[in-house]
Amino acid sequence: MNTTDKLVIGGHEFQSRFILGSGKYSLKLIEAAVRDAGAEIITLALRRANTKQEESILDYIPQGVTLLPNTSGARNAQEAVRIARLARELGCGDFVKIEIMRDAKYLLPDNAETIKATETLAKEGFVVLPYMYPDLNVARDLVDAGAAAIMPLGAPIGSNKGLATKEFIQILIDEIDLPVIVDAGIGRPSQACEAMEMGAAAIMANTALATAGDLPLMAAAFRQAIEAGRKAYLSGLGRVLTRGASASDPLTGFLHD
Amino acid sequence: MEQQFLIKNESLPQGALERKHRLETDPAARTSHMEYLPDMEQIDSNIRETVMEQVGGFDPGSYTVREVRAALDHERCSLEDFKALLSPAAEPFLEEMAQRARMETSRHFGNTVYLFTPLYIANYCENYCVYCGFNCYNHIKRMRLTLEQIEHEMQVIAQSGMEEILILTGESRARSDVEYIGEACRLARKYFRMVGLEIYPVNTEEYRYLHQCGADYVTVFQETYDPDKYETLHLQGRKRVWPYRFEAQERALRGGMRGVACSALLGLSDFRTDALASALHVYYLQRKYPQAELSLSCPRLRPILNNDKIGPQDVGERQLCQILCAYRIFLPYVGITVSSRESAAFRDGIVKIAATKVSAGVSTGIGDHESKYTGVAGDGEQGDEQFQINDGRSFSRMYRDMEQEGLQPVLNDYLYV
Repeated sequence: MNTTDKLVIGGHEFQSRFILGSGKYSLKLIEAAVRDAGAEIITLALRRANTKQEESILDYIPQGVTLLPNTSGARNAQEAVRIARLARELGCGDFVKIEIMRDAKYLLPDNAETIKATETLAKEGFVVLPYMYPDLNVARDLVDAGAAAIMPLGAPIGSNKGLATKEFIQILIDEIDLPVIVDAGIGRPSQACEAMEMGAAAIMANTALATAGDLPLMAAAFRQAIEAGRKAYLSGLGRVLTRGASASDPLTGFLHD
Repeated sequence: MEQQFLIKNESLPQGALERKHRLETDPAARTSHMEYLPDMEQIDSNIRETVMEQVGGFDPGSYTVREVRAALDHERCSLEDFKALLSPAAEPFLEEMAQRARMETSRHFGNTVYLFTPLYIANYCENYCVYCGFNCYNHIKRMRLTLEQIEHEMQVIAQSGMEEILILTGESRARSDVEYIGEACRLARKYFRMVGLEIYPVNTEEYRYLHQCGADYVTVFQETYDPDKYETLHLQGRKRVWPYRFEAQERALRGGMRGVACSALLGLSDFRTDALASALHVYYLQRKYPQAELSLSCPRLRPILNNDKIGPQDVGERQLCQILCAYRIFLPYVGITVSSRESAAFRDGIVKIAATKVSAGVSTGIGDHESKYTGVAGDGEQGDEQFQINDGRSFSRMYRDMEQEGLQPVLNDYLYV
């Protein structure tokens, strides 16, 4: 992979474009994500990490990996802000992924509250990555509020349904100058590859790996798929792919003057 | 055969004995179970009506293999599909239901299993519920822990590693008032990450107070959703008021609680209908309060002190498993708790299919954690148990067993904000 092609979030540089989500956690998953998928950023649900349990998730995180604590469990901006501050106090760094859900069934993000929390936390010096439903106006508001990246959902979280919101994510990629990281719903390496071809800056996934039969093998597959998609994007996709089929002989060849 | 719930209590004074007998035999001696008492809050809600409308038209015997097959083939489980899965016609499909349930559980919860323990702080009760060991006419050793005793119990439990606690009382507002329970919650917040309550139903503002004291989750069992049957089992006391109990979860959520749990006590009435009603109660709560964390339990009747004949009747383990699979398929996002009323073998099996939470290190008695956890007899008195448990595994044993089953035990997934 081209080593000059880096993912830059809030001034921090990363080689890897795979980010491990936080839904289902285990030591084996984190090992596979770091070793086989090459993850340099790992999400951490603070509500799960805030434990006395002997096997604390914090102990799982290898050196050199950037922690991305999330605010899962927050039902409004105020709660998200409190969780983010608590994460910083616990030594989880300045990165924070905002997750605000008023819906315990589908876990869909609350865009309006997310904008509010982003604004507050960005002012406090956090590197804010908001998880959002892909809406262009909201994405612009998030940029104005100081977000470091935009994280639209591909499909309902944990659903493995892939890029159900593809058209809208493409609009965000085209119109927003921040990295657009596709979060939630990615179930297969091919879907991750597709998102990367579209120009996504990175992919966040968890369930797709966590529920795989052979975890390290699936992690490696994601790494390759993301790299392949990125290369395709950088190389510039052929017209067949971007515009649909076109005849190789010009239709207007009969014109003489 | 009707279950023989009634127990003899030779030690009652003559007047009390006569009153007990009259309550048991003469419906006219009992108050209306549908009328709120003056201090009971009445909220504006149509959930009870909606649930009971659905339940009223449910005939478990009317479903056929064809409808069960269709239910299992549908990607989304409709209400009618769910009814078919609860019916006797679905019994031959149990393995297939379990496979589907397992897939849904793993999709929504991964391979995690949450562990918690209950702490009974008082067993005084002002109700006469004929099947319950704490009922006011049962001759048992009554006790209410002092705040010092509660803290000591909590220390013993916390030392075992447990991070989630469920505080329980008998249903006596007089002997375990809201302030007392609130103080217990404040103590619990010192030792635990997550505090749940299973106490008598209270009004919204009282739930708000208890939430401010640190409680985040409220469990209320409706016992049976059949009001006529309920009337014959809950003969006296505040608990007799069926609709007030039904609305407890809503009041708790309005009072700021993050989550609530529902269930019928399976074996009291037609278990398939009660299972339907329990799930619908959760289903409609979810639609009205989408932010709420919801869970279902599935207690079956157990023997009590002075009546070891009480049991789950026609709800065998296969039936219980069927209900839990149907719950999981219909409500894939909902937590399912299986208590120590069930055997170790059943719990080890069901956590791999549908359940997401199990209790460990359980005592349903009062003030006996030190002796039970450390083997050292405490110096204090102890109160009798609500019912006999079946799975007596300690916290560390349960943690190890769950790991050996290939599951990841989780002690806390909560943040009090």
